[in-house]
Amino acid sequence: MTDIAILDAFFEECEDLLVALSDGLEHMREGKADNETVNAVFRSVHSIKGAAGAFSLEDLVSFAHIFETVLDDVRSGKLGTDDTLLRVLQRAGDILADLVDAARDGLPADADQVDPVVAELQSFLGADGLVEEEFVFEALTLAFDSAPNTATYQVQFRPSREFYATGNDPTLVIAALQDLGPCTVRTLNGDLPQDFADFQWDEGYLTWQVDVADQQNDLAIREVFQFVDDLCDLQIAEAFGDETTPVADDDAPEAALSPETAGPMPETAQEPVVERAETEDAPAKADKPAKRPASTLRVDPERVDRLINAVGELIINQSVISQRIDEAGLPNSAELHGDLDDYKLLAREIQEGVMAIRAQPVKPLFQRMLRIAREAADATGKDVNLVTEGDGTEVDKIVVERLADPLTHMIRNAIDHGIEKPQDRTNAGKPATGTLRLTASQRSGSIVIEIIDDGAGLNRKRIKEIAVSKGLISADLQLTEQEIDHLLFAPGFSTAAEVTNLSGRGVGMDVVKTAITALGGRITISSTTGQGTTFSITLPLTLAVMDGMIINVGGQTMVVPISSILETIRPTDADLSRIGLHSQLLRIRGDYVPIIDLAERLGVRSSSETMTDRVLLLIQTEAVTQCALAVDDIFDQRQVVVKSMQGSYGEIAGISGATILGDGKIALIIDPDAIAAAPTTELKLQIQAQREVAHAAT
Amino acid sequence: MQQHEDPKAAKQIEFVTLVAGGQSFCIEITQIREIRRWTPVTLLPHSPPYVLGVINLRGAVIPILDLAAKLGFRAIEPTERHVIIIISVEERIVGLLVESVSEILGINSDMVRETPRTEEDESTRAINGIIPTGDDMIKILSLEALLPTKLATAA
Repeated sequence: MTDIAILDAFFEECEDLLVALSDGLEHMREGKADNETVNAVFRSVHSIKGAAGAFSLEDLVSFAHIFETVLDDVRSGKLGTDDTLLRVLQRAGDILADLVDAARDGLPADADQVDPVVAELQSFLGADGLVEEEFVFEALTLAFDSAPNTATYQVQFRPSREFYATGNDPTLVIAALQDLGPCTVRTLNGDLPQDFADFQWDEGYLTWQVDVADQQNDLAIREVFQFVDDLCDLQIAEAFGDETTPVADDDAPEAALSPETAGPMPETAQEPVVERAETEDAPAKADKPAKRPASTLRVDPERVDRLINAVGELIINQSVISQRIDEAGLPNSAELHGDLDDYKLLAREIQEGVMAIRAQPVKPLFQRMLRIAREAADATGKDVNLVTEGDGTEVDKIVVERLADPLTHMIRNAIDHGIEKPQDRTNAGKPATGTLRLTASQRSGSIVIEIIDDGAGLNRKRIKEIAVSKGLISADLQLTEQEIDHLLFAPGFSTAAEVTNLSGRGVGMDVVKTAITALGGRITISSTTGQGTTFSITLPLTLAVMDGMIINVGGQTMVVPISSILETIRPTDADLSRIGLHSQLLRIRGDYVPIIDLAERLGVRSSSETMTDRVLLLIQTEAVTQCALAVDDIFDQRQVVVKSMQGSYGEIAGISGATILGDGKIALIIDPDAIAAAPTTELKLQIQAQREVAHAAT
Repeated sequence: MQQHEDPKAAKQIEFVTLVAGGQSFCIEITQIREIRRWTPVTLLPHSPPYVLGVINLRGAVIPILDLAAKLGFRAIEPTERHVIIIISVEERIVGLLVESVSEILGINSDMVRETPRTEEDESTRAINGIIPTGDDMIKILSLEALLPTKLATAA
């Protein structure tokens, strides 16, 4: 494992610590803080400082240090927690997160942001505190030597049988360490067998502990072990004053960097926590469960993906077997069918279990939004309280990652455009502080995330004017309220009359929509003038498996996602009416919806006139309007495993992916939104362009 | 093979020779994953004429191209006798339908001649060398040139 990987583990750890920090500060703000909360906050900052010190991230260390000093005073009761202090602490928390981000990206800290907060923090320490702070700071780094930024590293290594077998000599290693600086060497023989009969002549029983002083970092030490580090149990830790911040050995970065070991517990350095992973390529392994309240497992995502693929195959295999048994038409098959149902249930259960591995609570994401909301409120001079609900809701890891940008954008939008200035709110008879609710919940197979503000609601007149002025719609077009709202998602639309610092940087809601659609989700708006606006994002629970309707289109088997189908209809002549040369409409409960011939749209075959022997799928798409897809037949409804085609082929208009059916054949998955959105001519143009590109590329 | 003085030192290369559009071509063996018999494909809508469709290769969706059509020859009418060569090029896996696969040809790299300049067309552009064999010659297919980027691009 490289230093980069160790650093990555540090940043991962920081994420967790920052969540704990943010949690604690939130509790303190709500006045629910007890000593334990303050301690937890202190520990988070302290752990970040300790680990950052090991990587010589000085900006981070010095800021964390001042922050920690203030928290220490809060902990000891020297400072009372009033609103001003809490506000500063919260901002300090934000800055700390910024610094971690900056360190991760290798960027310098933004002094304009950091310095005012440092000054505010110092103001709480007073003149007295300042001096003390300098003193403490020096005491930490200068404890062993007067040279700046050096530390004593404690190296503990236990050569294995192979170490000796390959002709290595521990004394040479120790001599090399002694070349680096003054060393104190101890030999630990606690592993020697009690009974001489158990003694293996070629086993390595001895452990050496070497304190190497005056080191800038651990790189030189690691170099000494470069050729033997897989032949011995190696642990290198920085001795940090009275505490120890172990720098992880290759095999156990996460264990060594966890807050417990980074905390003030000198004994951790003496007990090696290194466990050898059994397999060769084992970058991930369990944390030490003993000390963690909620023990977690860090696993290479690729392993989980492999498992998910295998489970996908299992689901496919299960449908193959069901199909075969049905075809065989066995007599007295009632029992068999019972067993088959059990198998189906088990397969589903395994699949859900595997999916749950990838699932992550949205909490860290929501917490980030708290911060975005604070910053946005500060920048706009509005009072906003962001309330999160259901942050325990679990979503696929990829979804959590890819939701960050859209949510940030929407929260900023809601604060910038949605919630009114305090004065306007008071005039409207609303509390001066606006409330923004960010909620997550699970509803029948999908995740719903809502952003609800109690602001002024959408200004539909203005939206329409802008859309007209930007040439998105013609002025005389009659639109329903819903249709006007959805103009927000049109590319190049921005409602802010003047471009503000926050939103309106030319990145509009269309980008949000694209991001959500890419995740297989949908976004809708509802708004009541004077009462606020709600954005709802509906996302599939998993990206890998979906419920699909298996259909026949011009002899090809295809799949339509169940989530977009409202109902299936076998039309009679009375239900159909013609419009224009080729188009037909379906009358349903007094409404007319357009019929799209899927086979024609996909170019599988040209339109056949008769609709009465076809099946119509009434679908709901993002374009708000419903439409009916004409297909030849419906076979079945079942779970399918989604396979992406983009890696090997590229995008196909109207197709979102492929799946493998029970008989091993491939069926394409229809993207109803793309089918319904693209009017035939536009799609044909696209296809033409696509073909030309493909030709030109040859 | 340990001499490094001459950078052009002859190296042993192996090619799989095949017939497409009635002409012989070859592909370097390291780019070939496997060779299978033709099986019916799932059609792709709106695909260019040389894209036959996709097949299921042990759980992966693999596009199949008609090599003859791709090179500008008459499209192959696939039957049981035809063969699909599964190739891997720049992380993509693609199947090429050919008329037949003949043999594995092991040659020294100094036997490869540069392609004589002729009028450019679909097939000459995809050739990056020829190997003379007795009274005939075999054209080396450059898969990178044949399949430059994604097969279809988002419109």
